[in-house]
Amino acid sequence: MESASRYLEAQIRWRRLETVFWLCTLLPFVAAPAYLQLASQIAITALFALSLDLILGYAGIVSLGHAAYFGVGAYTAGLLAKHGWGEPLSGLLISGILAGLTGYATSHIIVRFRHLALIMLTLGLGLLLYEAANSASWLTGGADGLQGVRIRPLLEMFRFDLYGRTAYAYSLVVLLACFLISRRIIHSPFGLALRGIRENALRMPAIGAPSRAHLRKVYSIAAILAGVAGALLAQTTETVSLEVLSFGRSADVLVILILGGAGRLYGGLLGAILYMVARDQFSGINPQYWYFWIGLLLVAVVMFLPNGILGGLAKFSQRKS
Amino acid sequence: MFASLAGVLFDGFAYGMLLFLLSVGLSVTLGMMNFVNLAHCSFAMIGGYVAVTLVNSFGWPFLASLPIAFLAAALVSIVLERALYRRLYRATDLDQCLFTIGIVFISVAVAAYFYGTVQQPISTPPYLRGSVQLMGMSFAAYRLFLIVTALAIAALLVYALEYTRFGAQVRAAVDNQRMARGLGIDVDRAFAVTFALGGGLAGLGGALAIEMVGLDHAFAFTYLVYVLIVVAVGGLGSIGGSFAAAAVLGISDMAGKYYFPWLGAFLIYLVMVGILMWRPAGLFGKR
Repeated sequence: MESASRYLEAQIRWRRLETVFWLCTLLPFVAAPAYLQLASQIAITALFALSLDLILGYAGIVSLGHAAYFGVGAYTAGLLAKHGWGEPLSGLLISGILAGLTGYATSHIIVRFRHLALIMLTLGLGLLLYEAANSASWLTGGADGLQGVRIRPLLEMFRFDLYGRTAYAYSLVVLLACFLISRRIIHSPFGLALRGIRENALRMPAIGAPSRAHLRKVYSIAAILAGVAGALLAQTTETVSLEVLSFGRSADVLVILILGGAGRLYGGLLGAILYMVARDQFSGINPQYWYFWIGLLLVAVVMFLPNGILGGLAKFSQRKS
Repeated sequence: MFASLAGVLFDGFAYGMLLFLLSVGLSVTLGMMNFVNLAHCSFAMIGGYVAVTLVNSFGWPFLASLPIAFLAAALVSIVLERALYRRLYRATDLDQCLFTIGIVFISVAVAAYFYGTVQQPISTPPYLRGSVQLMGMSFAAYRLFLIVTALAIAALLVYALEYTRFGAQVRAAVDNQRMARGLGIDVDRAFAVTFALGGGLAGLGGALAIEMVGLDHAFAFTYLVYVLIVVAVGGLGSIGGSFAAAAVLGISDMAGKYYFPWLGAFLIYLVMVGILMWRPAGLFGKR
C-alpha cells in the first residue's frame, strides 16, 4: 500500500519539461500575433485529442465516432447563443454537461462490446447523429450550418475580436484546466485501474475493480471534455457546421492522437500542434493530396512508431541513458 | 403501389447483390484472420478503374473487361497481403484499423491524381441497356444481369467452400485457426488464396458497380460503411450471412430512399446499431 501511493506520488510530480511546454504555449501572443486564430484552433483540437486519449490511450476503447460528443457540445453552445444565451462560460458548462449526459447514455452500450462490434457501434452511433443533425435542419440549419450565433464578451470584459486574442487566451485556459483535471484523474487509483482494464479486461474484476462501471465513468468524462472542446469551437468561431459531427473529424482526431502517441497525455497535444500547423502550411495544395500524406504517415506510424512520436522519443532517450 | 413495391424490391435486391460481391471477401478473410481490413473497398476501386480504362481507352468490350478487373484486384490484394498485411496479423484492432485507413487515404488520393474527381462514365453493350418485359412488368436488363452474376458467384462460392478440399481447409481455419494449424493445414497459404479471391471479387463488384452507382475517387470511402455493415450484420466468415445481410441492406436502403427520402441514411444506421446491440456477432455469426 505504502509503495503504491509512493508510485502514484512520483507519477504525479510536476516535471520541469512540462512547465517549459506550458510557458511555450504563451509564445504565439508575442511571436506570432497573426496566427492567434490558428493557435486557438490548435488548443481546441488538442483538448479534443486529450478527451480521446482518456478512453483510447488509457482505457483501450477504440472509437471511430468520437466527434459525436464534440458535435453535441458545439451545437449546444451554438444553439444557446443563437437563442439569446450568449454568455460563454455558462454556455461552455451547459454544453459539457449535455455532451457528458449523451456520453453517459451511450456508454451503457459501448462498454458491453469489444473488437469489431465496438468499432462498428461507435462508427454507427456517430453516423446516426450526423444523419439526425442533417435531417433536423429546422434546428441545426442542416447542411448550411447554424447561422446567427452571437457570443457575449468573456466575463463581460473581453470581446472576441478578429485577431483571436481573446479566443486563444480563452481556449488555452480551458485546455489547461481540462488537462490538469485529466492529469489528476489518470494518476489516481481510478486511472491505474483503467490501465489495468486496458491490459486485461477479464482479470480486473477478479481483483475487485468493477470494469464496466469504471469504463462508463471514464467514457462520460471523455464525452464532457469533447463537448467542451466542441463548445469552444462554436463560441470562438461563432458558427457551427455539420462538419463537427462528421466521420472525417473522428478520423482526424484519431490520427492526431496516434501520431503524437496515445496513452501519454501530451501525445494528443503534440499531435494537434504538428497536424494543424502542417495542414495550415500545406493548405494551398489540394485536400486530396493532403490525405495522401496523412495515409502514408499512418502506415509509417503503425509500422515503425507503434507508440507515436512521444513513444519513439521516450524509447530513444532510454537507449541513450 | 404494387408495381412500385415490386420495382423497389427488384432494384433493392440488385443493389444488395452488388453489396454482396463487394463484401463477401472481407467477411471470409475477417473470419479467418480477424484482420480488420478497412481497405477492402480500395480493391473494388481498382477493379472499377481497370474496367473503365480498358473500355474507354482501349475499346475493350465491357464483358471482357470484367475478368481483367477481377484479376487486377486479386493481384494487387495478394501483393499487399504478402508485403504488408502479413506483419500485422498479431497487431491490435486499432493498429489494423489505422493501417488500413491509411491505405484507403492513399488509394483515394492516387485515384484522384490519375483520374480526377469526376464520376467515371462507362459504356455497356446494347443488350444490357434496355429493359426486359416479364409478367407484365419491365426490369432493367443490367440489374437482371447483375443479379444473375451474383447468384452464380454465390452458388460457386458455396460449392467451393462446402464440397472441395480447399473449402474444408478454409472452413476449418475460420472455425479454429490454432486447431487447423495443429492438423497440418497451411493456414497462411489458405488465407493468401482466400484474400486474393476476396479482393478479386471486390474488384469485379467495383467494375459492375459503375453502371449502377457510379465510380469516383471516393468510392473506397463511400462504400466502406455499407460493406462493413454487411459484414458486421451478416456475421464473420459466413457466405450465407453476407448474402442475407446484403439483400436486406440493399432492399431497405432502396426502400428508405424511395419511401422516406427525408430520413437519408438514418434508417440504415439505426438498423445496423439495433442488430449489433441485439446480436454483436451478427445475424449468422457463431462467435
